[in-house]
Amino acid sequence: MLNFLAKRLAQLIPTLFFVSLLIFSLQHLLPGDPALVMAGEERDPAVIEQIRQQYHLDQPIPVQYAYWVKGVLMGDFGESLRNKMPVSSLIAQKLPVTMQIAGMAIVVAFLIGIPAGIISAVKMGTAWDYGANLFALWGISTPNFWLGIMLIFLFSVELGWLPASGYVPLSENWRASLAASVMPAFVLGNAIAAILMRHTRSAMLQVLESDYVRTARAKGLSERTVILKHAMRNALTPIITLGALELGTLLSGAVLTEQIFSIPGFGKLIVDAVFNRDYAVVQGVVLTTATIYITLNLIADIAYILVNPRLRG
Amino acid sequence: MTDAALGTSASLAAAETLESPARRAWRRLIRRRGAVLGLAVIALFILLAVFAPLIVPYDPVATSWSLVRKAPSLQHWFGTDELGRDVLARIVFGARASLLAGVISVGIALAVGVPLGLLAGYRGGLIDALISRITDAMLACPFLILAIALAAFLGPSLGNAMIAIGVSATPIFIRLTRGQVMSVKVEDYVEAARAMGNPRWRIALVHILPNILPALLVQATLSIAAAIIAEAALSFLGLGQQPPAPSWGSMLNAAQRFLTSAPWMAVWPGLAIFLVVLSFNLVGDGLRDALDPKAR
Repeated sequence: MLNFLAKRLAQLIPTLFFVSLLIFSLQHLLPGDPALVMAGEERDPAVIEQIRQQYHLDQPIPVQYAYWVKGVLMGDFGESLRNKMPVSSLIAQKLPVTMQIAGMAIVVAFLIGIPAGIISAVKMGTAWDYGANLFALWGISTPNFWLGIMLIFLFSVELGWLPASGYVPLSENWRASLAASVMPAFVLGNAIAAILMRHTRSAMLQVLESDYVRTARAKGLSERTVILKHAMRNALTPIITLGALELGTLLSGAVLTEQIFSIPGFGKLIVDAVFNRDYAVVQGVVLTTATIYITLNLIADIAYILVNPRLRG
Repeated sequence: MTDAALGTSASLAAAETLESPARRAWRRLIRRRGAVLGLAVIALFILLAVFAPLIVPYDPVATSWSLVRKAPSLQHWFGTDELGRDVLARIVFGARASLLAGVISVGIALAVGVPLGLLAGYRGGLIDALISRITDAMLACPFLILAIALAAFLGPSLGNAMIAIGVSATPIFIRLTRGQVMSVKVEDYVEAARAMGNPRWRIALVHILPNILPALLVQATLSIAAAIIAEAALSFLGLGQQPPAPSWGSMLNAAQRFLTSAPWMAVWPGLAIFLVVLSFNLVGDGLRDALDPKAR
């Protein structure tokens, strides 16, 4: 186990190095002088010179990179040109909002995807199976921003049941918070539910054909016990780690969902930054997302080994 | 079993062994109703995109102040938008941007990802380690966030959106190709080709690449579906096709502001994206089953 951890952590170093290189090089995709582009409408040479010095743009590229990495390692992602605030503070402000929606979306995904996958596998070839497969296809093929707009039309415009947009922190008013978050959480969780359903179905089908399940049935155990106690426990182990990894996908989906529902989270931060040419914020958001994804990947790998005794040793 | 029945099954088996792999895959594919339906819808949208000017009588960018937000009618089947433009015309012309973006961005991902994957999987060693770590780094950035960041830095346009989506989809093809090459390169026929003195590039291109094509074809089909959604997402955010050119994503963005007065503006572009993406997913799933060597 320790060997595995050491090896896995050693693999992380070059990956993180290339992630940093990739994100740093984004700024050099800007056509022309980055300082001029970052200055936007501002044509004052003093301001442009200040940007050039602030981002060390007057230095050779490797030196610029060294400065940037040094800053990032010390938690300094630069300053937002628009808000005049440190990017790290902006991210720290917005991330909890997205995490709340993403957390609810994961719950929605598990509540729909796993039972649908189990029923589909147990009732293979029946109308239930076809229904669950159709649901999965629908979930994978529906653009979440369209689903969001359609839900707003139905539940806010037509029925008036839920607020069309906005965000209320859970700590402030839990009822209002849930009402405002239920549609975005469903929109985000829907596609993940479809993916989880497909994986649960195939894992369950594999387990249901295994010898120990046959033995459990031969012992005369009820079908309910065989499925819930024997098959499900083994089939769900990889699915739970998969669910953890899908948090990366959720952060991606949050960009559009937050835009549609006007949620002041992490996704909206990157979109606003793009339109305000606030490139330090764009870089900071991508870097944070990548770091979250890499960390979750590592945790999922460790969790998988911990729950699977055959992989330990 | 009678002799006649035995004879029939024997001749069927013989026909199956004589059949080329591509033909066999096609025969298996068209037996799947979902895949056939998907192919038909894709063909329909391709025809619509190619013959758009002949199909719709309206100019997709022509505005009319007397036709602002008119509900669907006999003259305008899908209604009109906030500038009085025919929604059906914009859907039909918008198919061009979506299909082009899907195919070209996956083409970019294939053109960059497959050679790098071949190199990493076949050469191994330091080159493999380097390419694999760069792939890991790219995969660590969620697909859409990377595409948005790239499109933001490259500048908003359909061309740049295609490049951004293509680059973001590349690591999937590098990883897939590398994995496939590593499992194929130890096969006897590759060993035999090596023993005969074939150069490395020839072994990779002539002996390995054709054998990993099925997996790449399945992934490419599914990636086109993802790329179409990504293009619509970028256009929705204003980073893809620029107005007034029609695009399903930008149509949805405009529609959001008129949900109460003109809900039809949101229904049709979303339905078009859904149908095309669903069709590519159905074909991708069908291809996966049809190309599975374990399937009978």
